[in-house]
Amino acid sequence: MSQFLNFQFLAGHAHYLLFILLMMTGLFIVVDKTNLVKKIVGLNIFQVSVFMFYVSIGKVNGGTAPIFPMDAKYHVDKEAMIGVAYSNPLPHVLILTAIVVGIATTSLGLALIVRIRESFDTIDEEDILSIELQMTYDDNRKYGDAMGGLS
Amino acid sequence: MAVTAHVAETTARTLADHLPILLVLVPFCTAPLIVLFGSRRLAWPLAFIASLAAFVIAFLLLLTVREGNFVSYTLGGWAPPLGIEYRVDAANAFVLLLISGIGAITLPFAYVSVKDEVRKRDHTLFYAAWMLCLTGLLGMVVTGDAFNVFVFLEISSLSTYVLVAQGAARDRRALTAAYDYLIMGTIGATFFVIGLGMLYMATGTLNLADLADRIADQGANRTVRSGFAFIIVGMGLKVAMFPLHLWLPKAYTFAPSAVSVLLSATATKAAIYVVLRFTFSVYNPNFSFTTNTLEIIFAPLAIIAMFSASFVAVFQTNFKRMLAYSSIAQVGYILLGIAFLSETGLTAAILHIFNHGITKALLFMGAGALVLRTGGSFYTQAAGLGRKMPITCGAFVIGGLSLIGVPGTAGFLSKFLLVQAALEKAADNAMYLAVAVAIVLSSLLSVVYVWRAIEVLFLQEPDPNSTATEAPLMMLIPMWILAAAVIWFGFSTDFLYDTANQAALGLLDGSKGMLPAAILGGAQ
Repeated sequence: MSQFLNFQFLAGHAHYLLFILLMMTGLFIVVDKTNLVKKIVGLNIFQVSVFMFYVSIGKVNGGTAPIFPMDAKYHVDKEAMIGVAYSNPLPHVLILTAIVVGIATTSLGLALIVRIRESFDTIDEEDILSIELQMTYDDNRKYGDAMGGLS
Repeated sequence: MAVTAHVAETTARTLADHLPILLVLVPFCTAPLIVLFGSRRLAWPLAFIASLAAFVIAFLLLLTVREGNFVSYTLGGWAPPLGIEYRVDAANAFVLLLISGIGAITLPFAYVSVKDEVRKRDHTLFYAAWMLCLTGLLGMVVTGDAFNVFVFLEISSLSTYVLVAQGAARDRRALTAAYDYLIMGTIGATFFVIGLGMLYMATGTLNLADLADRIADQGANRTVRSGFAFIIVGMGLKVAMFPLHLWLPKAYTFAPSAVSVLLSATATKAAIYVVLRFTFSVYNPNFSFTTNTLEIIFAPLAIIAMFSASFVAVFQTNFKRMLAYSSIAQVGYILLGIAFLSETGLTAAILHIFNHGITKALLFMGAGALVLRTGGSFYTQAAGLGRKMPITCGAFVIGGLSLIGVPGTAGFLSKFLLVQAALEKAADNAMYLAVAVAIVLSSLLSVVYVWRAIEVLFLQEPDPNSTATEAPLMMLIPMWILAAAVIWFGFSTDFLYDTANQAALGLLDGSKGMLPAAILGGAQ
């Protein structure tokens, strides 16, 4: 039992649990909601969870922000530098790139939704699906002879 | 010593040493140039020149590495584990040649097709997005840095969504197709990043060679294992691996024809290359979970894809949709070749990446020519056009034969090797005999759907009111170049086979094939 409910373990890995929670929330919204804008919001939450994950793995115990000290004394005095731990800046930098990618994806998605709204007059997936079903049905009536058609 | 060597290197560098980065930079810089000039007349020539340049560069790279050595290029002269490294060996030079070749040959076709299918005011930006897509695909394959793969993947994906959505001028369903692709593609790419994050947690590096080196003895590490799962699922979405293929038929059907040609021949192939690189070079087949994934997940899903997608393709009434489903089936063959985990199987898979690339490009070009002349790609619209457009439909038939795997076409060699690989495995495990039979049987299904297309084109009576004429020369020339390539590679198999075999050997070497350049004493 203790294996399954190891509170110390859980507390030590709280950020992973939060990451998984956020990730699942995002994915659930993408899958469940029929409103296209809400899907994009879900996608954003999903991506943000990954950003959080990356930022959290860069954390070093007791580490400070990885900023090079501008203070000259600090810079020269090697003794003072010893024992100062910095968080790993690399995941943070990587995630800057991923954030840019996320913004591009969001804006492209929203632009597509605007165009979809213009041509389908709705942004609800169920409505769009029924319109498309009708279009496919019409196509089949018109061109479906090769397969015997629908009528 | 390293420092002096480094200085000597940088001063002695010639243009030829910069080929790996030029391959990516040329199309990448052309995209903003096209936008800056903003001229519809300049956009196409610029794009065409850039694609041709990329093709020449890729060809030169392939000539350098096809003997089994590799080229390592360090960006800004920063040594590999810290800096970003571009690494070209036989496996990716082969894929680079395919991508840049298809990119160059599709553009003349696109010139006419895009004029017909895309709104006039979008043409300039269309070619800019096209160049970005090419950049992303080439970058994904050439890079030796894991996070770089993600960045280029997103460059190619974002521009692909834009390109697919351009089909909206003809059919508004292109918009929803692009939207669906965007949602699924982003989920896939994000899964890939999660996987990379886990690898980074376990190793603290992002260089592929360094990663391979550091996880070599971490096969039991659960972080490394779950990273593998995330990477395979994420890339599987991009590859259109069987249950993750839902975005593909719609995107290929409603995208402008030229975009369908480019995507079908390159996008999934680049993703397959990334899967190959991660399964064999970063993670190596010595890990039991890698082998199990290939044998228990890849192989059955690939066989299901071969049958179900071919079966669905038989009942389509639209050329582009039929070809899209056939693509899913063909991806199944490639994944099956990978899952064999043998030299022959891997050679067959790499060959099939190339052969299917040129074959499917040819077929989609044929469908695009029909769209141009009849306004749609439904079978009834194309009935009997074999008599009115014999040159177009002739090329289409050659492509269809290669898709089936008729001897004398490129598709034969890879399918033959695939069956051979299955029979080799059958010596140990009789189950593989059934796999060999499955390959042949599913090829029979492709006979059915190709025959239906041929029947529509040649045996039905043409519509007496049809005004369709032969496709313009700008379309016929790329089509027949590809058709000639399909036949040429069907007879003269040495060049392709040797290169693919070399690539397979490099991949099967696992992490050894990825040793950091410094250890091998290569160019630093």
